[in-house]
Amino acid sequence: MNYGIVSQDQLEKIEAILEEKLVKLGVDCVIVIDMAGNTITARGKGISKYDVYSFAALAAGNFATVDAMAKIIGEQEFSLLFHKGETSSIHFSKINDELLLISLFGRDISLGFLRLNVVEAIDQIRALWA
Amino acid sequence: MQGGDILSFINVRDKVVQIKIVYYGPGRCGKTTNLEYINRTYKKQIVSEMVSLKTHGDRTLFFDFLPFDMGKIKGYDIKIQLYTVPGQVKYNATRKLVLRGVDGIVFVADAMEKQREKNIYSLNQLHENLQSYNESIFKIPLVMQYNKIDLKEHGIPILPISVLQKDLNSRLKVPFFEASAITGYNVAATLKKIIFSSVISIQKKLL
Ligand SMILES: Nc1nc2c(ncn2[C@@H]2O[C@H](COP(=O)(O)OP(=O)(O)OP(=O)(O)O)[C@@H](O)[C@H]2O)c(=O)[nH]1
Ligand SMILES: [Mg+2]
Repeated sequence: MNYGIVSQDQLEKIEAILEEKLVKLGVDCVIVIDMAGNTITARGKGISKYDVYSFAALAAGNFATVDAMAKIIGEQEFSLLFHKGETSSIHFSKINDELLLISLFGRDISLGFLRLNVVEAIDQIRALWA
Repeated sequence: MQGGDILSFINVRDKVVQIKIVYYGPGRCGKTTNLEYINRTYKKQIVSEMVSLKTHGDRTLFFDFLPFDMGKIKGYDIKIQLYTVPGQVKYNATRKLVLRGVDGIVFVADAMEKQREKNIYSLNQLHENLQSYNESIFKIPLVMQYNKIDLKEHGIPILPISVLQKDLNSRLKVPFFEASAITGYNVAATLKKIIFSSVISIQKKLL
């Protein structure tokens, strides 16, 4: 897999998966970033509201920090990364060693339901490189 | 996948290239000051606020982040992402994290005489940190910046360029600039050089 260049075809398939599994569910915004903090794609109505590039840089840093902490205490990784706020919450999920999927969602979506859809979306995205 | 294979992210459909440039160097050498100057001077090309994760004493804790729009090269929209690392010795774990996926590095050396050893130590550690990502300091686009030369006028002992070159650049032989991040002298020249080198290197990897 050479994720460094995502072809037009791959990008469109990823976006279709995100729309189908997460935007339709009602997430505010879903972003795929790489571990270096680059934005691969962002979907959902929230993307015009937020500064997606800064968000991606911080999200990659946050994920990398937690991952490094896991290694120090001998864990492979912490599988659930979730920040809960008053009106919005953030959910992180690893697609593979290079890519992360981040969902921003409001109170109307339950974490359990979101996680189910994230897992399905990630399975489908992984299959694109299989 | 190993770090050595990592390219900056290229979106072929929307014709966008994101390039990650990291300002690296010992504590208090002036990395953050470089970004602050760029942020003030190129307001028009900067799409969002500079993000600084710092301590109360204004030392970088994790990184500074400044996205910078370069305009188009060969039809591609070039988005530069500028980062700094935290320079304090104790923060090497976080320094390493910031280096992940880096496309180009500015090594900011502190030209003050008393910082001589710290510059060398920091450069050696950069070499090791890059190795941990299977990258090589001899291959990655790199520019040297000898910062704080304005202090010479204030009677503060400054290392001669020949000494800095011998200490830091005798094997690397990369482009170098004398600079003063606080006055802005050669800050833009450094930035342009590293952007240019990074773009060339990415083009080579693509072809
Ligand atoms: N005289 C002079 N002072 C400078 C120059 N560049 C930076 N400084 C000063 O040096 C101090 C440290 O600068 P920073 O930019 O915060 O240094 P840094 O490399 O980001 O430090 P860390 O975040 O701890 O790694 C500040 O007080 C700056 O004003 C320069 O070119 N000349
Ligand atoms: Mg700093």
